[in-house]
Amino acid sequence: MAGIPHDHYEPKSGPEKWVHSRLPVIGLLYDTIMIPTPKNLNWMWIWGIILTFCLVMQIVTGIVLVMHYTPHVDMAFASVEHIMRDVNGGFMLRYLHANGASLFFLAVYLHIFRGLYYGSYKAPREITWIIGMIIYLLMMATGFMGYVLPWGQMSFWGATVITGLFGAIPWIGESLQVWLLGGPAVDNATLNRFFSLHYLLPFVIAGLVAVHIWAFHSTGNNNPTGVEVRRTSKEDAAKDTLPFWPYFVLKDLFALAVILAVFFAIVGFMPNYLGHPDNYIEANPLATPAHIVPEWYFLPFYAILRAFTADVWLVQFLHWLTGGIIDAKFFGVLAMFGAIAVMALVPWLDTSRTRSGRYRPMFKWWFALLALDFVILMWVGAQTPTNLTGWISLIAAAYWFGYFLVILPLLGVIEKPTTPPATIEDDFEAHYGSKSHPAE
Amino acid sequence: MSHAEDHEGTRRDFLYYATAGAGAVAAGAAIWPLVNQMNPSADVQALSSIRVDVSGVETGTQLTVKWRGKPVFIRRRTQEEVDKAKEVDPATLPDSNARNANLTGDSMATDENRATAPEGAEGLAAEEWLVMMGVCTHLGCVPLGESGDFGGWFCPCHGSHYDTAGRIRKGPAPENLPIPLAAFDGESEIILG
Repeated sequence: MAGIPHDHYEPKSGPEKWVHSRLPVIGLLYDTIMIPTPKNLNWMWIWGIILTFCLVMQIVTGIVLVMHYTPHVDMAFASVEHIMRDVNGGFMLRYLHANGASLFFLAVYLHIFRGLYYGSYKAPREITWIIGMIIYLLMMATGFMGYVLPWGQMSFWGATVITGLFGAIPWIGESLQVWLLGGPAVDNATLNRFFSLHYLLPFVIAGLVAVHIWAFHSTGNNNPTGVEVRRTSKEDAAKDTLPFWPYFVLKDLFALAVILAVFFAIVGFMPNYLGHPDNYIEANPLATPAHIVPEWYFLPFYAILRAFTADVWLVQFLHWLTGGIIDAKFFGVLAMFGAIAVMALVPWLDTSRTRSGRYRPMFKWWFALLALDFVILMWVGAQTPTNLTGWISLIAAAYWFGYFLVILPLLGVIEKPTTPPATIEDDFEAHYGSKSHPAE
Repeated sequence: MSHAEDHEGTRRDFLYYATAGAGAVAAGAAIWPLVNQMNPSADVQALSSIRVDVSGVETGTQLTVKWRGKPVFIRRRTQEEVDKAKEVDPATLPDSNARNANLTGDSMATDENRATAPEGAEGLAAEEWLVMMGVCTHLGCVPLGESGDFGGWFCPCHGSHYDTAGRIRKGPAPENLPIPLAAFDGESEIILG
């Protein structure tokens, strides 16, 4: 296998040899955990572990919550209150699960933006990136369906709005929507199937996480310089890397401890800070809450959905061009999914041969603007629609697409990157090595 | 393939295609029930027609009933509201189609084509009743009555404004609020569906 050259597992004792010749599972685990890892990884490389922890925590708390939850429109809301009031420690389990989703998304956004800055998506890591994007989509689907289960007002109306997106698809939209809902509107059939899928998808995600890890274990980790680990010999590789265990595991666990301190402070002292009071009102199909807001982690894409109204000239042009097939509603849906699609296609949109943003003087600024743009979209997605917020969301949405479709392809041609260090070892020495401390 | 040189169909080729074909049919037959089970079940489909007593609805008020899982607005409009709706030329509206399931698909969105009337009614009685789905045509929220820039309905989700005949005037919604199959039975009862 074309990995970074390193020592592989050799069974020594009799029983080890006996197992290894029948099922080389210890060798697989050993090679996974001992993978040579670039020794210059910075603190932005901790999010993978945080995400793994989140997935496990969500699955474990989820499985025990299901022991007390009832997926029926007449009982779902009450069963969640039963969890909160009657079940031993139930409130804690539910708050961990609900806030765990927020930690999950916070970590995934930092993980994604880490990849976008250091060019982790570039060859040969495109498959890792694409699998990651699929995981992200599944996370959104899972998070959305989980939010419907408590059957509060936001659950119900969030479900109505989001499944309404599918109704916007020309010709097949309406029947597709009825099929998804199991009826003309969000009702018991919808709740039941969302419950089923909310339970299933995390295990699909777990499988894809294994493939994600497999993919970057084949290519090796990216690192802040974007320079590849030398593969000329085991000795050269060893100068650029350290084994994942114990060096990076302990670093990551330290980061996890710090993050969990903050997380448990939120779970313990302000567990409803990120939620909406309206979701403590039982779902009512005859009254929409005054202000429907998705959870914070969906806001940037929700803002893009709302940005393209019928008075935007691009929308009118496409409406005319397609003879009315694409209207403002369908355009908004296309834009929202398109915003994720352009991000998924970034390995082929970025034309620069320099991998890491650290050595790209112009890219740095455009990237910083993209990060700011993401925050602005998140903010504007939570505002009640007015003229001003309409303009802000339109400009911010335009920048999102502009960054991926115009700026990244052009920068590769225009920009003159600075020279990265020749090896990871050089970079490491420059930062931490004896050469950087001449006074010693 | 062991028959790379042989371009004519052999018995083995036939068996390959026949097996693959049978496999595809079997897979399709297995998938269809799994897909179809998600379509509306018999009990959901059974609730497709209801009767609503509207004798208690005063002028200037609205009754909201649940039909097929969705709200239906039954509003008894004031003369003022009817006049306001009639002022507009339907051809200038964002959606000039009546969206009335009781009429042909190309009917214009005039106030007459939007209203529901008891048989033989005249004057205000012929135009005061507005029966429509209370579901925003943008993404399915329930619009709020007597609000918005046109004195009709306003959807709080994404800011769509409907006028006093439930026609879209401003905002992201593409169509007028749809009028479902609805007919008066006598003076005070409406059959939906």
